[in-house]
Amino acid sequence: MPELPQAVRGFGVTFLTMFKKVVTEQYPEQKVPPKPRFHGRHQLNRWADGLEKCVGCELCAWACPADAIFVEGADNSDQERFSPGERYGRVYQINYLRCIFCGLCIEACPTRALTMTNEYELADDSRAKLIYEKKDLLAPLLPGMVAPPHEMVPGTTERDYYANTVKGASPEQVTTSPAEAEEVAS
Amino acid sequence: MTVTNNAPSGPSPDVAGAGTDVEVAVDLITVVVDGVEMRVPKGTLAIRAAEQLGIEVPRFCDHPLLDPVAACRACLIEVEGMPKPQPACAQVLSDGMEVRTQYSSEVARVAQEGVMEFLLLNHPLDCPVCDKGGECPLQNQAMSVGRPESRFTGAKREFEKPINVSAQVLLDRERCVSCARCTRFAEQIAGDPMIELLERGAKQQVGTAADEPFDSYFSGNTVQICPVGALTSASYRFRSRPFDLVSVPTACEHCASGCSLRTDYRRGVVTRRLAWDDPDVNEEWNCDKGRFAFAYLNQGRIESPMIREHGSLRVASWPEAIDAAARGLATARGSVGVLVGGRSTVEDAYAYSRFARTALATDHIDFRARQGSAEEAAFLSSKVAGAPVSAAYDDLESAPAVLLVSLEPEDESPIVFLRLRKAARAGTQVLSVGATATRSLGKMSGRLVSARPGDEANALRSLDDETRALLGQPGAVILVGERIAGSVGAASAVLELARETGAALAWVPRRSGERGALDAGALAGLLPGGRPLTDEQARRDVAAAWGVEAADLPSEPGLIGADLLEAARDGRLSALVVGGVELADFADPGLAVAAVENADFVVSLENHHSAVTELADVVLPVAVVTEKSGTFVNWEGRPRPFGQVFRDALTMSDARVLAMVAEAMGSSLPADVASIRKEMGALGPWTGARTPAPDTAPGASADGVVIASWRQLLDSGLMQEGEPHLAATARPTVAIVSASMAAALGETVTISGPAGSVTLPVVTGDVLDRVVWVPTNSPGCHIHADLGAVPGTPVQLSAGGAA
Repeated sequence: MPELPQAVRGFGVTFLTMFKKVVTEQYPEQKVPPKPRFHGRHQLNRWADGLEKCVGCELCAWACPADAIFVEGADNSDQERFSPGERYGRVYQINYLRCIFCGLCIEACPTRALTMTNEYELADDSRAKLIYEKKDLLAPLLPGMVAPPHEMVPGTTERDYYANTVKGASPEQVTTSPAEAEEVAS
Repeated sequence: MTVTNNAPSGPSPDVAGAGTDVEVAVDLITVVVDGVEMRVPKGTLAIRAAEQLGIEVPRFCDHPLLDPVAACRACLIEVEGMPKPQPACAQVLSDGMEVRTQYSSEVARVAQEGVMEFLLLNHPLDCPVCDKGGECPLQNQAMSVGRPESRFTGAKREFEKPINVSAQVLLDRERCVSCARCTRFAEQIAGDPMIELLERGAKQQVGTAADEPFDSYFSGNTVQICPVGALTSASYRFRSRPFDLVSVPTACEHCASGCSLRTDYRRGVVTRRLAWDDPDVNEEWNCDKGRFAFAYLNQGRIESPMIREHGSLRVASWPEAIDAAARGLATARGSVGVLVGGRSTVEDAYAYSRFARTALATDHIDFRARQGSAEEAAFLSSKVAGAPVSAAYDDLESAPAVLLVSLEPEDESPIVFLRLRKAARAGTQVLSVGATATRSLGKMSGRLVSARPGDEANALRSLDDETRALLGQPGAVILVGERIAGSVGAASAVLELARETGAALAWVPRRSGERGALDAGALAGLLPGGRPLTDEQARRDVAAAWGVEAADLPSEPGLIGADLLEAARDGRLSALVVGGVELADFADPGLAVAAVENADFVVSLENHHSAVTELADVVLPVAVVTEKSGTFVNWEGRPRPFGQVFRDALTMSDARVLAMVAEAMGSSLPADVASIRKEMGALGPWTGARTPAPDTAPGASADGVVIASWRQLLDSGLMQEGEPHLAATARPTVAIVSASMAAALGETVTISGPAGSVTLPVVTGDVLDRVVWVPTNSPGCHIHADLGAVPGTPVQLSAGGAA
């Protein structure tokens, strides 16, 4: 049997591919959710009453092989409490130009304050915009949470928070939060 | 063990003062450590012998400068012939002894593992929020010799945290492993046993008496030597992690003790300072001022040059300001006074010295921004300037007797105090000429030689035979403080006493730059290296080094001290160059202000806004210690060079700014530290005839009640600003009087001097009758400004008044 010319045989591959499942994603019109464990943008989590989980210990910065994380701790005071216990992260920055999304930081975090989301759209047009500040990384306030600074739930200590027995903000906290007070006033 | 052969007539040429050390033969014994036979001096501890072999036995309580206590038991080792493991930190080796550490003995390894597990039972493991995390011996040794997992499942001991043992030092009791380093330091080194181990068993904790916080001048050292995170300082708590910090070895700028420091910074801001290890000087300690007072570095800084236009200062560019300074100074050439601050580096002081003599053609220069006298200047020029080391720290330690004249070492040179206390514990007799037997003299087991303020010279000339005999012993030392300037005839009497007894004589200034400024010739009548200005040869030497004609150098000694200020006030000097001087520090602040106000043209080289910059015509901002390199010379005469911490700082040192002004005036100066050091080194010290020693007749104390006073370590000093926790540990501002006077006065006293009065609480102390002690410059009592007084000024006391 005479063989088909090489050039025509090549189209056979093309022809067969037409019957295969399409793998091309129509990004950005169509966004396909990544796998659940995909390493995306970081998030700084909150306790159930809205206090921050981050204690400013810098273990994430220590673990980071790319030196992408900058943290400065500070004292919680009686007037301004951001996290249970004594210490909170006053400054928290992740430089996404440096981050290699390895996830060592979230493994290092002793309070599970730092986790990674599935968000991957992290392109931008300047270096400054790619340094994410604490306000960019903090998890949104869910229903039942009150924006810090505010006191811990009355009658609890930081141990109750770490044992996860605090399940939400108490009515007292709603009134003690300056942010809430402002909202009420306006 | 070494002894120092201290010959006052032939001082060591070695700057470190170590050249005269004589090794004393020691008995060596043979011991076996981990199977290695070695010879060590008799009395060596097992832990030290192991260190010599490079074997690290875990330890918490062990500290080479503290007595062994064997409190933590982490260093257990096996000793041949002993039934149980022994603590290596307290086990004195004897001849033929065989010891085995965890590396060769299963018994030692298991014992150490057990102790580590035991120490961790109640330890909270809150490393993520603990300041020590990352540099913690407990963390490290738990990893190296501890068990991988704890078998303890019970509830851990809990305490309220943290508690303040002082305003500056915080204590997290549950982290403590009861090693007793802090309490031993407080008791053995500082002599302030205000913290102690309380309770027993699992409840054992460090604590203070209920009404007496740990307000020791040396409390910060306990934070540094704490092997866990139990003691932390309020100023550094949660500021950073060890791996964030860049560490630079530096020298302390606060006093003339000359401590070696480690400065840690993060992102252009100093986060903490630690005492660094220098066995010849500060050992491993420093004072709280040197450790915590650094916030001033970033506060109130002058950002850019300024020049005065139509009566007010405006920002100017560097070329404009340099030009304005050069024009003004060129007009006044030959009639300019130069005031150099007491905390200049020796390089900067040298630049002022050379700038004054060449560009300004004047010898009116003085570095003493404090009470100063012509007698003191003569004393310093004849005896101290450019002179080799006469007494060093080691000499204090081996001295049979040390006489303090107008010097309160704990306040005025804290490391001298620590060394004297160490010496006194080993048998040195400390004597202090003064009006009050202070608590610090008690800590040195010292004896007071009573002298009313102003009467020191008579007291020195009429010392009893027993005291003279003490000072006549080989190795005896006389230490003279900066306040000798306020006592007529005292400097002459001290020189006389040193000549008679053969005791070594050393001047212990309070400020870090004074000795260096003196050596650099920043004093009228004195050229660098202690050269007398009036000496032909000396002028020729200096002129050759400076590249000028000897005939162009001033040959008549200029004005100093109050004379210089009066000349400026009265218009006899037309310009002033003021470098880092606080006008309130002068004995007569009003005169100093008038001098700066009345001078036609004032150039101020300053890093912070001050009274001088308010009045100056040209303000040139200069670098603080972290922004330049340089050298301080401590009281011994030992150079304390330090490097630039912030290498990308844009500020310039005094020397560089002066070089630019000199260039604009058609003169030249070396601008960088290296070339100044080279020039000073080439000049070297003066070997010819020195200026004559002062011979002033003894003055007498004023009648009535007189003031005794000195500056406390922690006071209203400008370099302590911005550190409220440190300020809160300062001693209270009180008036101290004798018991009989206190009985007459009641609870408070109003002290009235020539310029005003202050009202202070009365405290009874060991003070001579008709003398009242007050701090010179503490909150609520600034004797120069508030009272118009100096030590020795007669004052009126009246009982009561609102305190």
